Amino acid sequence: MSTTGATVKPSAQAAASRAALLQHPLVRPLGALVALLLVDAFLVPGFFHLEVKEGHLYGAIIDILNRAAPLMLAALGMTLVIATRGIDISVGAVVALSGTVSAMLIGGSEPTTPMALALAASLGVALLCGLWNGVLVAGIKLQPIVATLILMVAGRGLAQLLTDGQIVTVYYEPFFFLGSGYLAGLPFSLFVVAAVFAVTLLLVKKTALGLFIQAVGINPVAARLAGLRTATLITFVYVFCSACAGLAGMLITSNIKSADANNAGLLLELDAILAVTLGGTSLAGGKFSLVGSMIGALIIQTLTYTIYSLGVPPEVNMVVKSIVVFVVCISQSSEFKNILRRSA
Amino acid sequence: MIITRRTLLGAAAAIACAAAIPAFAAKPLTIGFSQVGAESEWRTANTASIKDAAKKAAVNLKFADAQQQQQNQVKAIRSFIAQRVDVIAFSPVVETGWETVLREAKNAKIPVILTDRAVKVTDPSLYVSFIGSDFVEEGRRAGRWLLEYAKKNGDKPLNIVELQGTTGAAPAIDRKNGFAEVIGANPKLKVIRSQTADFTRAKGKEVMEAFLKSEGKKINVLYAHNDDMAIGAIQAIEEAGLKPGKDIIIISIDGVKGAFEAMKAGKLNVTVECNPLLGPTLIQTAQDVVAGKPVPKRIVVNEGVFPAEVAAKELPNRKY
Repeated sequence: MSTTGATVKPSAQAAASRAALLQHPLVRPLGALVALLLVDAFLVPGFFHLEVKEGHLYGAIIDILNRAAPLMLAALGMTLVIATRGIDISVGAVVALSGTVSAMLIGGSEPTTPMALALAASLGVALLCGLWNGVLVAGIKLQPIVATLILMVAGRGLAQLLTDGQIVTVYYEPFFFLGSGYLAGLPFSLFVVAAVFAVTLLLVKKTALGLFIQAVGINPVAARLAGLRTATLITFVYVFCSACAGLAGMLITSNIKSADANNAGLLLELDAILAVTLGGTSLAGGKFSLVGSMIGALIIQTLTYTIYSLGVPPEVNMVVKSIVVFVVCISQSSEFKNILRRSA
Repeated sequence: MIITRRTLLGAAAAIACAAAIPAFAAKPLTIGFSQVGAESEWRTANTASIKDAAKKAAVNLKFADAQQQQQNQVKAIRSFIAQRVDVIAFSPVVETGWETVLREAKNAKIPVILTDRAVKVTDPSLYVSFIGSDFVEEGRRAGRWLLEYAKKNGDKPLNIVELQGTTGAAPAIDRKNGFAEVIGANPKLKVIRSQTADFTRAKGKEVMEAFLKSEGKKINVLYAHNDDMAIGAIQAIEEAGLKPGKDIIIISIDGVKGAFEAMKAGKLNVTVECNPLLGPTLIQTAQDVVAGKPVPKRIVVNEGVFPAEVAAKELPNRKY
């Protein structure tokens, strides 16, 4: 920022506020998303084209939002877990388990269990998974990565055991609405994400919960000595994370009309961690940004979609992805900025 | 110190959950089998066939699921070597990177049988036999069906999109090559998009959605390397307001039950069978190897091509 010299004085204030704006933590992830969308706008013909088909919006943007929904849910839960210095690598397994439970309970063309009950049951299973993680982390004080590793392996194993390794196909029409239905022209899954996001945002901004979570993340001992019930708080974030994963599992299962215990949500936890990181939340805990994580999830899905649309050969998919992720991550490193400034 | 012990405890519990391979005392023939995973209906039928055949022949089968990870498979094979099984069999997740572990098996004098997928090794003596389908031939059959279809339908130019299997997996490479080789005979058939969808329904749907947006009505034909990706793609095509099987001709490979149901509903045009019921052949070959009988290096299983017209009649006969 070269705002020295008398000639630029009137604009100095504007420059300063611009600099302050550029310092905002959401600028970089948002910039990355916009840059990706620009690439699409130039290289993919009709990328922003939207049309109304069978009473709902149809287009690439809608696809990205719809496909990103499960990841956004998982990233929301993961953000709170990471804010407490934790990590949950069992998200994918919970997705598989909850999807499997809902698909198996609903069953064929006529549901064997009422749908509401089946959905409640699979959410219940997810909550139990979260409680298990929470108790291991907050109660028995296992390291989060180890504690959730147990469920990561066991959860998917259990889902496979339940289905005998088979893909369970669902034929019950009303169930499909969850993951591929439309409300007011938009995918219903987006409303699910919006609702969970709104509730989470309210909880952390309008109640003291956000502050408590941050306090635990910054210094768990100090937080406990200050009178916070850290164990309850930590258990809560794991339960919340699993609940988000459970919802994501139902969306995925409903979308492909079948539960695939072996593949549903495979490595979703890593994508969720990546989304949180891309959104500017530090893995060291403390400060976190829910909006940032949402943007991070959208970056990942847009990137995937871009790769499909551009016709990138499958062999180089991973390389392209990792380059973009590398650039975004490094652009967020303050150490890297210092190096740049010094060498400039 | 406390943390370390807790960490260890947790890790131990996790490992116990992960790799609970039962270790029985082996009196009859013991076969260690490492499966790719359970990524599709085909695979689960394949697993069931092997387990059934082992049970019928009173063979002790040690089964390990690799969950589509090569490292899991290498670990499983090493544990089979350590347990001194009589025969090791496996369906490799990918083609390359097997040299070291197969040499370990050879040094331990344990014969290795490949099922369903081949490996690329410089020394072919690293395995005794490869039982499975000819994936290149499957790709060719899919291609031949399309050549016929194009001829019958006025020889118009056709734009093809391809959903590939897992990048680097033998069936993905071979089915792509076999198909390309045959359709090369007709310059009007052109593959305009080709992307991996990992052999799964979810990815098949996701990738097809993107294809439909970027290529739109230009797409005439979908060629999927397995039925599950085709089933996912069919949903995407329907959601785009098009008729799968009519607006877009769909060709896939495997011949699982779901594909026959889709064909019966007119949503899939043809599936090239890839027979997963290798169990009896595998057990027989393993017994022959241990008995010292010579076995062929390559055993191809019987397979057919099922167009939609025969689907309704064939569906009740399908075992998988």
